[in-house]
Amino acid sequence: MSRAIEDRNRRMLRARDTMDRAFARSLDVPGLARVAHVSPAHFSRQFRATFGETPHRYLQRRRVERAMELLRETERPVTEICLDVGFNSLGTFSRTFRDVVGEPPSAYRARFAADSALLVPACWAMAWLRPAG
Amino acid sequence: MLKRLTHTFIHVLDQDEALDFYVGKLGMVVNTDADLGAMRWLTLNFPDQPDLELVLMVPGPPAYDEATSAQIRELVTKGAAGGGVIFETDDCRGTYETLKAAGVEFTQEPMERFYGIDCGLRDPFGNAIRITQPPDGPVVVPSPEELEAQS
Repeated sequence: MSRAIEDRNRRMLRARDTMDRAFARSLDVPGLARVAHVSPAHFSRQFRATFGETPHRYLQRRRVERAMELLRETERPVTEICLDVGFNSLGTFSRTFRDVVGEPPSAYRARFAADSALLVPACWAMAWLRPAG
Repeated sequence: MLKRLTHTFIHVLDQDEALDFYVGKLGMVVNTDADLGAMRWLTLNFPDQPDLELVLMVPGPPAYDEATSAQIRELVTKGAAGGGVIFETDDCRGTYETLKAAGVEFTQEPMERFYGIDCGLRDPFGNAIRITQPPDGPVVVPSPEELEAQS
């Protein structure tokens, strides 16, 4: 049984890595299920069993994390950042951002000075600055 | 006083498969491969860095009971074992292309950062690895404008 879980974990991790890498692209369950070598019907359930959240929620947090960095460290318009991180509409982005972070993008940006560059490897910042589910 | 770091440990699920990857693909060499009875002490190093060994440990008895070993294996395979290693290269993009052609599973393509160019990959078991090409000069923290240009 344990080997079966390890095999499932590794395949789900491959799908999660795909979301980390291609977060700005249009990703759907059938495509991610193919990466994980599992049927679309089982993918979301197995992903949740592995990581404790749905793939949809993970992708939201990944995109919001990237948006947080761009809001902190650039002066680009919120609309532009919204599209860059993979959202199709400003309304959805704003709702999701507020839901995940607890405040609107503009308020979040206002709390950070533009010169707060992170002196840590990208992978570390990516994992540790991602908002909690 | 302590002097230097000599060994660092990583959990793998199969030492022979780990050798195929870390030696056969990444270019490390075997430093020590010793049968200690209860365990196989297997360490690697880079040819130009013989005094820092990467120890490939399989979780299992007697160090860990079966249940704990299963938990560790599960954490490794879901990328949650913690740790991981960062390797240095003179040519991150070239290394990326070479390893990708060899079937290595990358989690991030080479990206320019103020600390150099780096990319991310996983070993066959789920451990995170990064390969970094340091900048030619000292690391300089970029201005907000430069950060924006990099993003």
